Amino acid sequence: MEVKVWRGDAIGRFESFEVPRQPSQTVLDVVTHIQRHLDPTLSYRFACRVGMCGSCAMTVNGTPRWTCRTHVDKVAAAGRLEIAPLANLPVVKDLVADMREFFDKWARAKGQLTPTRTRADEFAVVDPESPARREADAGIECIGCGVCYAACDVVKWNRDYLGPAALNRAWTLLNDARDGAQSARLHAVAGDAGCHSCHTMMSCTEHCPKHLSPTRSIAGLKRATWSLAPEGEKS
Amino acid sequence: MSARFQARLWVAQRVTAMILAFCVVVHLATIILAVRGGLTAAEILARTQGSMAWGAFYSTFVVAVAIHGGIGLRTIGIEWLGMGRAAGWVAALVSASLVVLGLRAVVAVVA
Amino acid sequence: MSVARNHPAWWAFMVHRVTGIALALFLPAHFWLLASALQGEAALEGKLRWTEQPLVVAGEWLLVIALAAHLAGGLRVLALEFLPWRDWQKTLAALAAGLALAAGLAFALAR
Repeated sequence: MEVKVWRGDAIGRFESFEVPRQPSQTVLDVVTHIQRHLDPTLSYRFACRVGMCGSCAMTVNGTPRWTCRTHVDKVAAAGRLEIAPLANLPVVKDLVADMREFFDKWARAKGQLTPTRTRADEFAVVDPESPARREADAGIECIGCGVCYAACDVVKWNRDYLGPAALNRAWTLLNDARDGAQSARLHAVAGDAGCHSCHTMMSCTEHCPKHLSPTRSIAGLKRATWSLAPEGEKS
Repeated sequence: MSARFQARLWVAQRVTAMILAFCVVVHLATIILAVRGGLTAAEILARTQGSMAWGAFYSTFVVAVAIHGGIGLRTIGIEWLGMGRAAGWVAALVSASLVVLGLRAVVAVVA
Repeated sequence: MSVARNHPAWWAFMVHRVTGIALALFLPAHFWLLASALQGEAALEGKLRWTEQPLVVAGEWLLVIALAAHLAGGLRVLALEFLPWRDWQKTLAALAAGLALAAGLAFALAR
């Protein structure tokens, strides 16, 4: 089968390779075959190969997917396979995207826990069945693969937009009883760069390989930021 | 233009949306009822002239649509036209124009 | 390129945005036409007669659908943002489309 693979960075072109079809072949198998047998200069990322780490995310026939979990039979029905790096991110080389802005935005959305206890304190007791914890748990399985970020049109149109993953993580922390930075987090996720730019297009939810719904989390953020207190006051 | 202000714009957008949901349903129903058998100026004016109720309704409609449309156009200016901060000013101008033109139209049919 | 976009919620958004633009462009003309009543009923009547040309009639029909579609899409957004989350938003998008078409049909039949 003919496979087109992006070579270069922002400036580059699609290069064609002839790759033998195999039963149960995944797109990652295809990329691996090219690099090992046809062109060792091809650069790409992978790690676990079994759908747990998210490292192998790429654009396959226009759609962001985990290549290790994408069967060639499913996407190349017409015998055509086109593989490119994840969209909405700078390209380092070939199929490798520069994930720095993805994680920078994660940090800007206050996507990390601000603890309120020390090791000298008792453990925090969090009821897993509490409404807040259930909300957090609904979005907690994100592994930062970037597929949602690549699928999102608002990310494409608005360079400052924090993106579905960062906002989803912020929502899980907003619902985390142990966190002490909620006011700052609400400010971080509000406005044009934050949840208010989400247009519920739901490409994130549609493509998330973990079946999370960042749209749902962002809707929660919209409600939470309804009345933003002035900076420095308690919300 | 702080995040807080932008959040407030979003709130205004949703609040006017709720007001407009009501106004648009009334407006669509009115259109469909009025358009039966053709539409004449006499018919329109017979309904609206001297009516405080229609005056209040359409004035609310105009102001809500001017705010709602303006905020929407601002977003489009930023996302599709690459206007950056200018989008806000252009949108405000459009909003103001819609209020003026719209209330003028309300006066025209109610007074 | 656009394979990632062929799902209901994406179309719901695009329809909402495009109809919003169409309505925003239409409004000044709408207000301007109605304001001719300031010159008296005959002036308004004259403009209404002008709108009976087939192309304008077709345009009005499209605008009514656009208005209904924008309303329906807006209700979908409000439901998603304010009501407790449900996973059947695709149904919401379909419902919105249905509402819009129903309104268009009613308008077409009423004439």
